[in-house]
Amino acid sequence: MTEPTPRIVIAGAGHAGGSAAAILRQLGWKDGISLIGEEPLPPYERPPLSKAWLKGEADAESLALRPMAFYNDADIDLRLNTTVRRIDPVAKAVTLSDGDTLHYTYLILATGSRARRIPLPGIDLDNVLELRTAADADKLKAILGAGKRLAIVGGGYIGLEAAASARALGAEATIVEREPRVLARVACELLSNFFQDFHRSQGVAIELNAGVEALEGADGNVTGIRLADGRVIPCDAALIGVGAVPNEELAKDAGIACDGGIVVDLDARTSDPAIFAIGDCTKRQLPMYDRTMRLESVPNALEQAKQAASAILGRPRPAAEVPWFWSDQYDLRLQIAGIPFDATEIVVRGDIAAGKFALFHLTADGTVQAIEAVNASMEFMGGRRILQRRKKLTAARISDMSVTMQELAS
Amino acid sequence: MPKVTFIEHNGTPHTVEIAAGKTLMEAAVHNNIRGIDADCGGECACATCHVYVNAEWIAKTGLPAEGSQEASMLSFAAVTQPDSRLSCQITITPELDGLVVRMPEGQH
Repeated sequence: MTEPTPRIVIAGAGHAGGSAAAILRQLGWKDGISLIGEEPLPPYERPPLSKAWLKGEADAESLALRPMAFYNDADIDLRLNTTVRRIDPVAKAVTLSDGDTLHYTYLILATGSRARRIPLPGIDLDNVLELRTAADADKLKAILGAGKRLAIVGGGYIGLEAAASARALGAEATIVEREPRVLARVACELLSNFFQDFHRSQGVAIELNAGVEALEGADGNVTGIRLADGRVIPCDAALIGVGAVPNEELAKDAGIACDGGIVVDLDARTSDPAIFAIGDCTKRQLPMYDRTMRLESVPNALEQAKQAASAILGRPRPAAEVPWFWSDQYDLRLQIAGIPFDATEIVVRGDIAAGKFALFHLTADGTVQAIEAVNASMEFMGGRRILQRRKKLTAARISDMSVTMQELAS
Repeated sequence: MPKVTFIEHNGTPHTVEIAAGKTLMEAAVHNNIRGIDADCGGECACATCHVYVNAEWIAKTGLPAEGSQEASMLSFAAVTQPDSRLSCQITITPELDGLVVRMPEGQH
């Protein structure tokens, strides 16, 4: 029997998988690359789905990470509408949904995450939507418009961005949040309050501490959200945005270590040395915080794509990056650098009322752990450098606007 | 279609075609040119599509306006120079046919 030709199979053609294929070519992998994607589209940017795409300011071409011709030119075997069903780690082969079997030299799992489902009565009614894919966004777009009413379960980034887009399209939006504030899992109280106030000023209704009992419907279509206190929020569509769960089942079934995400090291390698995992599906190490966690972000997907490609090609590991995130709502640009683990103090730089400020999160010894910047790109960019250098700062210096970010970061 | 040339930090040139109306960043990403990361996809949110514009082209591309989002992002980008631009903020026009830019050592 002849050795099969070397091939890297990438399971999942989202931002992580698509970028891994491109970076492997950039770094000089000359042999086969098979990129297996469940959706009908080649790899595309997901962040605009809740923003420019909903508002009709983006099309499939502008959403695509790279034009379709790229995959042909770069000799990447892109298979759409296809999933990896099973991994045989001993034979180093994967079985695809179309029955095909592919041998791999290395396998990269980029299976992403899916919207968390909540077992509510009425969850299967028509126009009860989630927002992960372009197809989801199309369904939402089709029913948004002037005078339409969108009810949103979950006050996270997806919910807030969708509310902003709905308002831009002239639709009404109501956010129903179980916690006492929006962005409860991902932002501090000051920032939550700022976004709540801003959304309300734009006509978004926000119900806090509000449990959802059921989705009500008529003729198979959702007509409202019934809250625990008995009130009903009438709607033409309900968007459920209550977090994501990692797609780790494929790895688990193959005996790969998982722990609320596929466990990877700093080369993005799983417990099987021939198998890597990147992006939303991974439980990764964060050396600067001495922790492991799942990060759902584009920068994380790209960083791990680089890690995996570098490890496969025997190149030095890329320098560790500070985690970062962004969200655009109305004319607000939120940019977050770092994660405020163990932070005990929040220092404001700038003017919250003017909508241009940054919140610095400090530990007891003054180490800056995270910076949340609203319309303050200088603070965000300087903040990344401060975090990279693990700098300590005093509250007095941070809040003193006569001290420039260059001075703070140097 | 306008042609633009990206010169890698190690001197390797790449000349590609790009339709007017697209950005210089898209020209790099669509052709998988190494050295332009473009993490945010062209939102002027990450400063990882940083280039140096060759001197003879500066008049046509211009420099970022003082106080602009681009200027803020560039102020902390890796290894900036007076001719630094973010390629996502340069829209290709017929006048930019032949544009030459160089890439920094790294984007992170």
